[in-house]
Amino acid sequence: MRSIFITKFFTMLNQYETVFITTPVLSESQMKETVDKFKKILTDNKAEIVHEENWGLRKLAYPIQKKSTGFYYMIEFRADGSQIQKIETEFKRDERIIRFLVVGLEKYAVEYAERKRARKKAEAEKIKEE
Amino acid sequence: MAQNQSEIRYLTPPTVEIKKKKYCRFRKNRIKYIDYKDPEFLKKFLNEQGKILPRRLTGTSLKYQRKVSRAIKRARHLALLPYVTDLLK
Repeated sequence: MRSIFITKFFTMLNQYETVFITTPVLSESQMKETVDKFKKILTDNKAEIVHEENWGLRKLAYPIQKKSTGFYYMIEFRADGSQIQKIETEFKRDERIIRFLVVGLEKYAVEYAERKRARKKAEAEKIKEE
Repeated sequence: MAQNQSEIRYLTPPTVEIKKKKYCRFRKNRIKYIDYKDPEFLKKFLNEQGKILPRRLTGTSLKYQRKVSRAIKRARHLALLPYVTDLLK
């Protein structure tokens, strides 16, 4: 009984990462709206957003739902494992999402992501200067 | 007679090819995580039809081959890499 009590208080937060593709039909404001919606879903499920990245409109390697392009968006977050299923069902329900992937990040993956972020930051500053 | 058979003479000395030892690039460069979001890198492990190359050709160790294949499969799911094509690269 007591062990259950303890685990409820100390829920382990794991790091996850999600990439989703939305339909290219959306306007920029609609795209922003969907992203905001999912960010809200994440925060409502007690997830803490670590990083996000907009990849923009990209060509798909093969057509999905007869569309050859899509908007890519990536979010890294820390959450309790039990919340992932809820988040995934939200992705499935939304018609604007044509493809999504949620993966857990192990410790080397987290390290890699952090290093990549630092590198990107330096690059972004360079571009800004130009 | 037996002696003659064992003595084979070559006009030009036979060239023995020195085989380059294959190595696992992940072990060598200490790469611990293979990113599925980088399709250009993953293309090194695909043939022209977009199939995953065997370990015997790339020299990757088993541990990392598993990780490579997982990353490729994730990239395919996200349409970063094709499932089937011709003339990739």
